[in-house]
Amino acid sequence: MSTLEVSPAEPRFSEPGRAVVNDFSIQVATVNGSGSQTANTVLMRSIFQMGVPVSGKNMFPSNIAGLPTWFTIRASKHGYIGRKKEIDFLVAMNPETAREDVMKLDSGAAVVYDEPLKLNELRSDLHFYPVPFDKLVAPACPEAKLRKLVRNMIYDGIVAWLLSIDMEEIRKALVKQFGKRKAKAAELNWGAAQAGYDYAAKTFTKSDPYQVRRMNENAGKIIIEGNAACALGAMFAGVTVVTWYPITPSSSLVETLIGYLKRFRIDKETGRATFAVVQAEDELASIGMALGAGWAGARSMTSTAGPGISLMSEFVGLGYYAEVPTVIFDVQRVGPSTGLPTRTMQGDILSTALLSHGDTQHPMFFPCSPEECFTLSVEAFDFAEQFQTPVFVMTDLDLGMNNWMSDPFPYPDRPLDRGKVLSAEDLEKLGGFARYKDVDGDGVGYRTLPATNHPAAAYFTRGSGHNERAQYTEREDDYIHNMDRLAHKFETMRKHVPAPVIQYREDAEIGFIAAGTSHYAVGESCDQLRGEYETPASYFRLRAYPFNAELTEFIRRHERVYVVDQNRDAQLLALMRLEMRPEEIAKLRSIRYYGGLPLDARTITDEVIRQEGR
Amino acid sequence: MSTITTPAPKKVNRLGFEVLNYKGAKTTLCAGCGHNAISERVIECFYEMGVEPWKVGKFSGIGCSSKSPAYFLNMSHGFNAVHGRMPSIATGAIMANRNMLGLGVTGDGDTASIGIGQFMHLVRRNLPMIYIIEDNGVYGLTKGQFSATADLGSKLKTGVINDLPPFDCCALALRWGATFVARSFSGDKKQLQALLKTAIAHNGLSVIDVVSPCVTFNDHEGSTKSYNYMKEHEAMLHELDFVPSYEEISVEIADGEVRDVELHDGSHLRIRKLHRDYDPTSRLGALAALENAEKNHEVLTGVLYVNTEKPNFLEMLHLAEEPLVTLPEARVRPPKEVLDEIMEELR
Repeated sequence: MSTLEVSPAEPRFSEPGRAVVNDFSIQVATVNGSGSQTANTVLMRSIFQMGVPVSGKNMFPSNIAGLPTWFTIRASKHGYIGRKKEIDFLVAMNPETAREDVMKLDSGAAVVYDEPLKLNELRSDLHFYPVPFDKLVAPACPEAKLRKLVRNMIYDGIVAWLLSIDMEEIRKALVKQFGKRKAKAAELNWGAAQAGYDYAAKTFTKSDPYQVRRMNENAGKIIIEGNAACALGAMFAGVTVVTWYPITPSSSLVETLIGYLKRFRIDKETGRATFAVVQAEDELASIGMALGAGWAGARSMTSTAGPGISLMSEFVGLGYYAEVPTVIFDVQRVGPSTGLPTRTMQGDILSTALLSHGDTQHPMFFPCSPEECFTLSVEAFDFAEQFQTPVFVMTDLDLGMNNWMSDPFPYPDRPLDRGKVLSAEDLEKLGGFARYKDVDGDGVGYRTLPATNHPAAAYFTRGSGHNERAQYTEREDDYIHNMDRLAHKFETMRKHVPAPVIQYREDAEIGFIAAGTSHYAVGESCDQLRGEYETPASYFRLRAYPFNAELTEFIRRHERVYVVDQNRDAQLLALMRLEMRPEEIAKLRSIRYYGGLPLDARTITDEVIRQEGR
Repeated sequence: MSTITTPAPKKVNRLGFEVLNYKGAKTTLCAGCGHNAISERVIECFYEMGVEPWKVGKFSGIGCSSKSPAYFLNMSHGFNAVHGRMPSIATGAIMANRNMLGLGVTGDGDTASIGIGQFMHLVRRNLPMIYIIEDNGVYGLTKGQFSATADLGSKLKTGVINDLPPFDCCALALRWGATFVARSFSGDKKQLQALLKTAIAHNGLSVIDVVSPCVTFNDHEGSTKSYNYMKEHEAMLHELDFVPSYEEISVEIADGEVRDVELHDGSHLRIRKLHRDYDPTSRLGALAALENAEKNHEVLTGVLYVNTEKPNFLEMLHLAEEPLVTLPEARVRPPKEVLDEIMEELR
């Protein structure tokens, strides 16, 4: 790869005092299937490499090619990596949405656009940079067939010049993206980026204030999607049976896992797999297989999204009653069938907590970051076996499919906890066992695994109608006794679920309760409320269901508590209502967002201020 | 008068177990139910074959048939799954522990109605397990509705006529991937024994469809799955004998009369032909025979198809030799260096 003559990044302003450094958002509007993903990832990565905290969010349609897609990159010296509602810098490549995209901008924003679109005629309060993409791509890419693929790379060069992004970082990001094996593709893209940079340098006078300047905030950090982080968690939890059915936005979780398992879990001596992965015929089968494997003693998992959760409902209930461990990843998204399967939502909180028929309750973990996707996934496998029950790891499309900056993951610091399993030797000593007897007072019985070489090992697994010895019964007292023990087991879980992360502000009258990806918007909103409205707010970040006593304590210590939900029906709040006392419920307020985009801080701040009557 | 009797020496199998060790809880099915006869055959065959009971995983769905795993092999783990979805539970369990001998017992509603999807995918995967369909063409536990194997024109006790054609589970199984497919009648003790023993030795999916009359809802005139109908319409393909691998082969095989199929573990399935040209290794021949039998209102019983060459699902997965459930932490959790390497790639 040839090196470009790169001048050290220097600000290009007529009025340096106006500069907005490392605190703005870029939106790239393209058509999906046009190869923009490479250009966007490289752009994001190059800012990351300059040590500036950055996040990238892809808003894409349920479609393979031809529909509008937006990629938003946010650079934030403050480390805010939630979505920013306002767009400061637009790259308008899609003729279909360009007009609307431009009309939505706040005054003072910058627009790079494809020259023939003539967007500069729409408004006079924006900074316009027209680029003749078709003219530039031809010399940069002599092969006409490939031009479509590298055309988008030109805007990386343009944006690099306008925002003072070091071209050397673009080059590094390209190498990272394509690896050594696709050197030719990297070279071609590099040529296009250079052409853009040169054109901008030669043509434009920078008039907008936005600029990237090197920081040192990202040392040691990685960039990863939440789905990949969950996959790694599963592998380092020692998963052995993985079943799945493809569904957006969870497919890449298992696909990534397959890649890692093939690299790191094939026995070197024998060439054989220490895992089984099955793409099942549907979610009914994938949960069945995961439960069958968990029953047999494997660390098993399946991964899905809302519609799959609905299909799994009956089996999950059986898993609850028969007390079979497995881990279910739910990468939440918007609603059923067609609609917005590629948009994010915390849509399954309430239905998953109580999934199935009869009285059922299921533990859920809520990671908010890739690092927690990793650590809580590892923990979920232990938890499932400790408590012999299906455990849900609840992420969402925003966390699962977007690229996130993250600290590197810590290697698990304790051995696998396989729960209460009796071996043949144990049985020999005990002389027998009662599968569903609460021997230890924690509600969790001892189990044996099928094929345990002992005449007393076997027991029969069935739904709700069993006594302590796993024998069939329809007796009222047996049923009640078993249900009470299951309830007691759920109570025990409260002390063992991942602890919440709580920030008390001593002078705060109000508090937030939120889970998962709401974290970024809530954290930023706390700063906005304090900075702009002198309203301090405490923050309770829930990491698991069942709730524990600290939640009640948090509510007790505040006058008003805002529960943040990324769904219409305030599902998290509803779940709290089920077990809170009236005086606690009276303090709860709801903040809901359900538009399908990642939640932003401004939406929360505005709503709090409205409800506070300010 | 007092007599001193020496107790007769207890009859035991090669593991030293009595037949008693292979029994289950007392059946709660109706007296005379064909399913009870099948349970008896399971007990006998697993006893006679000397199968270690704790190696067996019993699987079932929902229905009268699916209750029966509680009535045999008390020393085996069992899993009564949800309706129509036993195959997925069995698939997960057997992948997790490849040493498990899977024995599924299901019914015609559980397999051919609600469970047709999972059944077909089980067949497609050729998962090594025994899959017995206790087929009476009727829902017993919900008191007498038609299932998808009820014959066209057959009549319920209430007089309702079935106006949809049946699925033939054997035809489906042998066409789409099962490697041992047989049909039998719960009243045919000798044939069912030979089939079950072969299935125990077979290293792939064995589907045995056993016509098992429901004495309460479907054993009347007009039913095509009644004892009387079966007595009049059963057409045996051949007489069967099964020689386990641990018994010496002593009988000469008469060419043209007897066909001998060697199974993976060295056992032999010996087929004495009634139908001269029947070749159980031909899928096309099997389908034709089933088609002809249907035309002649016959119920063809015996080994319809056997294939000892095709790899089973576990072989296709290229799993470790040891059961996945027994792998120690060191083999399932990669070391810290691996995590470090991955983190470095993501920087």
